[in-house]
Amino acid sequence: MLIEIEGSQAVAEAVAGASPDVVCAYPITPQTHIVEGVGRAVRSGALHAEFINVESEFAALSVLIGASAAGARTYTATASQGLLYMMEAVYNAGGLGLPIVMTLANRAVGAPINIWNDQSDAMAARDAGWIQLFAETNQDAVDLHIQAFRIAEMCSLPVMVCMDGFVLTHAVERIDLPSHEAIAGFLPRIAPRQLLSAGDPITIGAMVGPEAFTEVRFQAHEAMRSARTTIEEVKSEFLRTFGRDAGGLVSPYLMDDAETVVVGMGSILGTVKDVVDRRRERGERIGVLGVTTFRPFPDDALREALAGRKHVIVLERAFATGTGGILTNDIARALFHEDVHLATVVLGLGGRPVHEDGLDGIFVKLQYGKLPDFSFLDLHVDHAGGGTSRQELPVHHRGSPLSRRIAR
Amino acid sequence: MTERIRFYQVGSFAIGNRLLDRERVTVQSQMERTNALDSGHRACQGCGEALAARYVLDAAMRATGNDIVVVNATGCLEVFSSPFPESSWKVPWLHSLFGNAPAVATGVAAALRMQGNVSTRVVAQAGDGGTVDIGFGTLSGMFERNDDVLFVCYDNEAYMNTGVQRSGATPPAARTATTEAIGSEPGNAFGQGKDLPKIAVAHGIPYVATATVADLHDLEAKVTKAMEIRGARYLHVLVPCPLGWGTEAHDTIHVARLACETGLFPVYEAEKGVVTDRTPIRHIRPVEEYLRMQKRYQHLFRGAGRKDIVERIQQIADAQIRQYDLLPEEVIP
Repeated sequence: MLIEIEGSQAVAEAVAGASPDVVCAYPITPQTHIVEGVGRAVRSGALHAEFINVESEFAALSVLIGASAAGARTYTATASQGLLYMMEAVYNAGGLGLPIVMTLANRAVGAPINIWNDQSDAMAARDAGWIQLFAETNQDAVDLHIQAFRIAEMCSLPVMVCMDGFVLTHAVERIDLPSHEAIAGFLPRIAPRQLLSAGDPITIGAMVGPEAFTEVRFQAHEAMRSARTTIEEVKSEFLRTFGRDAGGLVSPYLMDDAETVVVGMGSILGTVKDVVDRRRERGERIGVLGVTTFRPFPDDALREALAGRKHVIVLERAFATGTGGILTNDIARALFHEDVHLATVVLGLGGRPVHEDGLDGIFVKLQYGKLPDFSFLDLHVDHAGGGTSRQELPVHHRGSPLSRRIAR
Repeated sequence: MTERIRFYQVGSFAIGNRLLDRERVTVQSQMERTNALDSGHRACQGCGEALAARYVLDAAMRATGNDIVVVNATGCLEVFSSPFPESSWKVPWLHSLFGNAPAVATGVAAALRMQGNVSTRVVAQAGDGGTVDIGFGTLSGMFERNDDVLFVCYDNEAYMNTGVQRSGATPPAARTATTEAIGSEPGNAFGQGKDLPKIAVAHGIPYVATATVADLHDLEAKVTKAMEIRGARYLHVLVPCPLGWGTEAHDTIHVARLACETGLFPVYEAEKGVVTDRTPIRHIRPVEEYLRMQKRYQHLFRGAGRKDIVERIQQIADAQIRQYDLLPEEVIP
């Protein structure tokens, strides 16, 4: 059904359709509208579930760890500091291989405190043993949530669906929202791999010493690697069922003859595609590759898509301070034996708007051989203390009129 | 009216088990006892926690027709019972983290409710660190929501698993690895620490009780009673730790009994915020007798000794005897 709806409400509808048994979350901006929506569905009777209000994100995920181990389909949502506060449980759910689904409404991590969008929260959890999917649009967010429950339960792994805070969560768009019945049909209940049951008492979460720890971690690695096949299968199944191409490992756009490829994750891809369209009109051979599945990292798909290209520009909404790009690192590893020029542009931090003009400036720089290996888009050095950093930090000065105004 | 008969042995309140009705005989003496925590685990000799855990869970199993799920916090109990690929647990058992056992238990209970399963009950257990310190937030949340969980704290008054560091349950003057017996105020400070049973009572939950391994029949009875009640229930069990307290392995029961008989560990029950019953002390003992048995208080008796500190501890015991009305009842009415 096509409706005009806020991203958060649409996700709440999709989650309600997935019919989780236990939903548990703690309020944090910009995730709140999603959980409020799910809570309303429970109160109204549209969703038969236990909706538990808890005292922290740490408790929220812990409740789901217990519920999932007891065989329930489970869901939570968080962002930023909330994800960090629950981090011990995030790793625990990953290690135990419990099929929990979480929405991460991507938001910057403090200090300084900032409630707006970037993806530093998701990057902080990249090695926690969770599958991480990134939504480009709100339609994508809805579709990925439906797929997430299927992937989680097929792989017995937790899945984090990342959607840019505010940019997606609070944006009202036209969305094709599947009916609860259709979603239920796509998500048959399958027997959990491990179950707390008085009839068959098993020990879950045992202490593993040096004699077996490596083997257990190897199994976790293999489970994540093989999840890539499942993710592609679920994408095909979803296409057959709902007629929409969503999910999967990577999402190529105008890639066939592209010499320059822009790689990114999340909502930035829409703006990038508009810029690429304009440059294509001028005959430039440029394309876009969206990374939909960030964990497990799709090395093979990336290598296949990027080998032989001239330039790969990685746009990152987060970075490792003192080090550089995070997504770039993974791509560099995938392209280790390939001769491809890689450049990282960090942008859109803490809600800084990214506009077409600013993005276009990156390609102008590239064209004139002036794009550094690592740079910040729209950085105003005058506001960053000047001094020594003025000489050292490569800067794109253009930016958009709006972002220039905000920075002033 | 039939006369109430009490059986006494050797000056204790221990009741001749085999003289009781079949229904009141201890769970541990029954042929059908389940050994929820089976032999072969790695607990130290004389471990109060291992003893209490087996009694608690066997009693909970008996009360539910062997239909429980157990959630365990990180700590000695978890480590010594589950060295992969071995396990001493004959119950469905889940260990997640140190500070989240109450929340995990809430989740198990919620899942069971959604499955329409009203028979399976949830028991969560942790040491004092996992209860009064790192797990306190999730425990208070579980109490506040009145989730259908029996939470059991095995209190040995410090972080024994990591090498005897101070917890919020460590008593004044006790030596731990982080409150060394050095300086003018040796050992743990006075005026600190959390009285968790009291905090649990303040939550107004359906049932709170304290117990020790000195009276295992009482411990079983409290578990049995707790399993008859729905909602959040809290059981605080004092479990001496030979390693951390510096006591002999064969003195675990003795030292636990002295903790009660000095008034330092009041044994009582509360329902919905009100104290409803307490175990009076038949022979009140001076705290010195209790303290002298334990190496963690040795500094109070070395050389000239610290009578002043012993006296301060005695005052705490006396105050609790008054507060909980622990004076002996008339033995024969």
